[in-house]
Order: sequence, then structure tokens, then C-alpha cells
Amino acid sequence: MDRKQGTKQGRLRLGVQMIFAALTNGYVAGFLQGKIYQGTSKQLCLPGLNCYSCPGALGACPIGSLQAVLSSRNYGFSFYIVGFFLIIGALVGRLVCGWLCPFGLVQDLLHRIPLGKKRKKLPGHGWLRWLKYGVLGILVILLPLFVVDEVGQGSPWFCEYLCPSGTLFGGWPLLLVNEGLRSVAGWLFAWKNLILVALILLSVAVYRPFCQYFCPLGAVYSWFNKISLYRYQVDLKSCVNCGICQKSCPLDLPVFQIPNSGECIRCGKCKAVCPTGAIQSRFFPGNNEIIKGSPLERM
Amino acid sequence: MGRIRNNFWGLSALGIGLLFIWAGIHRGEVFTVWNKAIYICLECIGIG
Repeated sequence: MDRKQGTKQGRLRLGVQMIFAALTNGYVAGFLQGKIYQGTSKQLCLPGLNCYSCPGALGACPIGSLQAVLSSRNYGFSFYIVGFFLIIGALVGRLVCGWLCPFGLVQDLLHRIPLGKKRKKLPGHGWLRWLKYGVLGILVILLPLFVVDEVGQGSPWFCEYLCPSGTLFGGWPLLLVNEGLRSVAGWLFAWKNLILVALILLSVAVYRPFCQYFCPLGAVYSWFNKISLYRYQVDLKSCVNCGICQKSCPLDLPVFQIPNSGECIRCGKCKAVCPTGAIQSRFFPGNNEIIKGSPLERM
Repeated sequence: MGRIRNNFWGLSALGIGLLFIWAGIHRGEVFTVWNKAIYICLECIGIG
């Protein structure tokens, strides 16, 4: 298990990300005609941040759907979307971020551009990473729920003022083909493009800045990493504390100490590069996340 | 038993999630989601 394994595993992940993004956004007619899919599969949410106004989208965005239900005058809570989060979170946690999210894929590709110095995190990372929980609490839950018009209808604040996925996958493809929409784009589109451009530039230098600092979906799934049925384990009988896992981790996480950190997107690079095979991932594991012992016991 | 104990919280979340989905479908939330997802969401794409 070495660098070559890490590269091989990286290619596999990229392939899965691309295939999943293509399959779940496969309504080609939508891109050609500037309209969106209206079939029944849109009753179901996709696991990643996949805008349902993307012309190709075959499913719904879970964050957009949560805001739609909360901002509706009929409901104060969404059993359907919270249930969806519980199921996906309980099964795989943030594996979704690493393998199935189309906006994560975009940031991964941008970070591969060989331009300038690459950084794993921003200065002030310790407190900046809490921003995503603020985005979830304020823009996704509280404002859609409580800032309502005279008939009790709220707005999807996160989608409207922050979501770069909507601008990239929904806004641009639709505006390029649909002249009517182009004519009504104003200051809000300019604002959202400013956010998108800033994130694109930042993603070239910093690994997944949107996921690390702003994504409300990542915030939700992060709560499940420790309890999900699919988890990482470190076997201390094999671990030699070399720290290669942390060095290779794109998020600079000390995997050998905290294998199921809420920040981990489960890309699997640490497993692939571990020289002793001490890091494993299992579905429905029978052991704790840290399997105690010392390398001496192997002798 | 050890395996179930080790995965207690994950299994509980999964069970509650399935119950919640059922409750959400029963309350008609699916229609709200579908209704939002099949029309171009002007806010989502930045038109407002």
C-alpha cells in the first residue's frame, strides 16, 4: 500500500463521482431545450447537493427540499427530509460528500489544476469550519421557517443568496438556452455569480472550501460519521504512528487518532496509503473505531 | 449481540429515519417536494 495505491484509489473515486453525477443528471433534453425534468423521480431526494433546477436533474436537492417544506405554510417540520437525512447519515455518513456529491466533484477537479500553492485549509480553519452549522441553522432552517409573507409562505434563503451549486448547475445551463430567463437576470444573479467565482478561484488553491466551511448538507452528514453503519477503524496492533495517513489526507485529519471525524469525507486515501494496512473501513463493524493493542504484539 | 451493540445508534437512526419517511409521505410532504422540484426555482438559480 503506497502512493501508487493512493493514485489508483483516487482514479476510482473520480470515476464513481463522474458516473453518479452523469446518471443523476441524465435528462439531456433539458440541457438542449432549457427546461427541467418533471417526472415522478423528482419526489425522491438525491444524496448530494444537486440542484433540482439543473436541466438534467432526475431527483430533488435535499437542502432545497427541506427549505421548500419548512417555508410552506402547511408544515413546521419535515419528517420526509429529516427521515432521508437519518437514513443516508446512518448508512454512510459523509461518504456522500467524498463520492456522490456533484459540487464536491467540481471542487475536486478545480483543485487538480496545477496553479499556485495548494493548501489543505484556510487560516482560521478552527472556527471557520463552524460556519457550515450556522448556514444550516440560519439560512436553511430558521429564516425559511420564520420570515414569512402575509399568507405564511417563506423563502429558500440558502438557495436564493448563497448556493453556488444552483448557480452553476441550474442558473448557467438554463440562462444559456432560455432567452426569457436571461432577460430577467438582475443583481441577485450577479451576487450569486460573485460567490461562485470566488469559490471557483478558492477551490483551485484550497481543498473543497465550500464543503469545509459552508455546506449545510455536509454539516448534517457530519453528525453521523461516528455512528453510521459504514465506519473507519484503526487497528493499533498494526499502526506504527507514521502519520502518513494525515499527510495524505486532503483535509489534514489525524485519521490514526480520530478515524471517524465529522470533517472526514471518507475519500479513502488514508486507507490506500497506509503502509501497514492499519486503517480499514467496514459496514456494520463488530469492533470499536480504535482497536487497541501495540505494534509489539505482532512480534 | 456485540455487532448490534456496536451499531446501536446507527441502527436506531436508520429505524427512526424509516418511520419519519413514512410519516412524511403520510402528511403529503412528498407532493410539496415534487411540486418545488418540477418547476424552475427562480430563487435557486439566482433570478429571485
